[in-house]
Amino acid sequence: MAMLEIDRLTVEFGREEAPFRAVDGVSLSVDRGEVVGIVGESGSGKSVTSLALMGLIDYPGRVRAERLRFDGQDLLAASDRQRRRIVGKDIAMIFQDPMTSLNPCYTVGFQIMEALAVHAGGSRAERRTRTLELLEQVGIPDPASRIDAYPHQLSGGMSQRVMIAMAIACNPSLLIADEPTTALDVTIQAQIMDLLRELQTRNRMGLMLITHDLAVVAESCQRIVVMYAGQVVETGAVEAVFAAPRHPYTAALLASLPEHGSYKSRLASLPGVVPGQYDRPRGCLLNPRCPHATERCRAEAPQLRSDDRGGVRCHTPLAADGRPTP
Amino acid sequence: MLSFVLRRVGLLVPTFIGVTLIAFALIHLIPGDPIELLAGERGIDPARHAQLMREMGFDQPLWQQYLNYIGAALQGDLGRSIKTREPVLTEFFTLFPATIELSLCAMLFAVVIGLPVGILAAIRRGSVFDHTVMGVSLAGYSMPIFWWALLLILVFSVNLGWTPVSGRIAVAYFVEPVTGFMLIDTLLAGDTDAFASALHHLVLPSIVLGTIPLAVVARMTRSSMMEVIREDYIRVARAKGLSQTRVILVHALRNALIPVVTVIGLQIGTLLAGAILTETIFAWPGVGKWLVDSISRRDYPAVQGGILLVAAVVMLVNLLVDMLYGLINPRIRHAR
Repeated sequence: MAMLEIDRLTVEFGREEAPFRAVDGVSLSVDRGEVVGIVGESGSGKSVTSLALMGLIDYPGRVRAERLRFDGQDLLAASDRQRRRIVGKDIAMIFQDPMTSLNPCYTVGFQIMEALAVHAGGSRAERRTRTLELLEQVGIPDPASRIDAYPHQLSGGMSQRVMIAMAIACNPSLLIADEPTTALDVTIQAQIMDLLRELQTRNRMGLMLITHDLAVVAESCQRIVVMYAGQVVETGAVEAVFAAPRHPYTAALLASLPEHGSYKSRLASLPGVVPGQYDRPRGCLLNPRCPHATERCRAEAPQLRSDDRGGVRCHTPLAADGRPTP
Repeated sequence: MLSFVLRRVGLLVPTFIGVTLIAFALIHLIPGDPIELLAGERGIDPARHAQLMREMGFDQPLWQQYLNYIGAALQGDLGRSIKTREPVLTEFFTLFPATIELSLCAMLFAVVIGLPVGILAAIRRGSVFDHTVMGVSLAGYSMPIFWWALLLILVFSVNLGWTPVSGRIAVAYFVEPVTGFMLIDTLLAGDTDAFASALHHLVLPSIVLGTIPLAVVARMTRSSMMEVIREDYIRVARAKGLSQTRVILVHALRNALIPVVTVIGLQIGTLLAGAILTETIFAWPGVGKWLVDSISRRDYPAVQGGILLVAAVVMLVNLLVDMLYGLINPRIRHAR
């Protein structure tokens, strides 16, 4: 049994009669020490999935699932208080924009020690020592002088390191990183990713890496989950999916990488955008953008079918040669 | 920080000149003069009138009078009241504690109720509670003070008999003025009955005077809070597994307070302006009532001095509020 099991998670917003499904029956799992990449373009429900897992979806959002288990504990049945004992301790999360993720009114030390105080306890002096240790671990030079700094005195890369220190403060067994490098400079991005990988290996954390950077997935992840319009469209081992994508959307994502089209003057792209609340098509959600769409795709929604290679949600999954199978 | 304070204090000089000019011009624009009003309905012999005017220096051209006034004011002499012959400064500072006491209680009322109500409305935005609070506060903000005061007196003093109609303390008590604050003086005298009476007399005027600040504080807290709880760092705080109460009171409130503190500072002006009406209605012996009486007596030195001093207090409080910012907002503290 995997450490984290999500089965048919649905998150809806808006009116009860005509809801908007931001997340539509998503199932995924993360094992201890495993790195799972969740990719998809903006609006595909990646972040909402992780927020739902953390219990951070507010009214009027509605979260439903067949199963939401972490480490044998049922998160759906847990009370707010029970959930708070897990969230921030065993499951921690780092967010996209480190510059707005730290509270401007408190020192970074206070914000890290607060997480320790809630979950780990200990005396004030112990918490301070541990915080210095954490700042050291995430590669902040001269932690003793930075511990009393305010967020506005730190750079973006520094802030993200503080966020990471805060997240790993209580030795979580699962770390969710929601586009942890999107808001940072390219050089800093690499440093932050290296740091995350290093911490993941050292602490044997499960890492759920949400990103739209496929290169990062290829480098860091063991498994990949591709999402489109709130649904999982393909899952599988990273090498297998990158070598032979079975879903036309995954294929299009990979084809859009500059590395793939280096000899062409234009990058390949999939025309159109992710459907929103009012323009969700009938049948397969990708059919208006899919180059292989058939009558059946326009009429009937495909189910996620799993085999030993992973899962794919397509009527005519692509074969190894890139052609759709009838 | 020091240069900031000096700069702010330097800015006070032109403001003061403006205030004296306006106060001086306005009071002289009102028809009638102090001698005429002192004489009352019997009237006064024109020759005697002219003599008195000359004695008091009111026969000189206005610009001359203004320069004389400024000259004296710069030396700390605001003149003597025409009616009582007492120095304006002494009169003002004898009465001022009563106004401060009333204003502080009104502000306390506004903040103690306004803050939690605003926070709750922000957390439960769109709820019945939120709509009620916003509706009631708009009504409170729009209500003329004198009408609201009369309404409350009618209901609570006249019909229900819960509170006294006017005054600062029941006539049965005499308390030696030490600080000028009735609540403190009665406690210093050890007279708990007198303290209760003073408190009793404070209730309605404080509510009346505090209504507009209450509405402003509640609305400002709500909107500021609503903005803050959408911030990323609030989500991060929740992701740490903190309780809802801690997230709101520790992480959101501190940030949300920054604009609220400004507004509270700006309300001091409203408060002192409101005190003029409130004190008049409740016969509260403070500077507000004294100013109104002085205006109707054309007591030029008292009016000019009173306005100048009230303006000084407002400016001083705003300066204090600006400095208080640094305490709440580290970004400002470190910028200097």
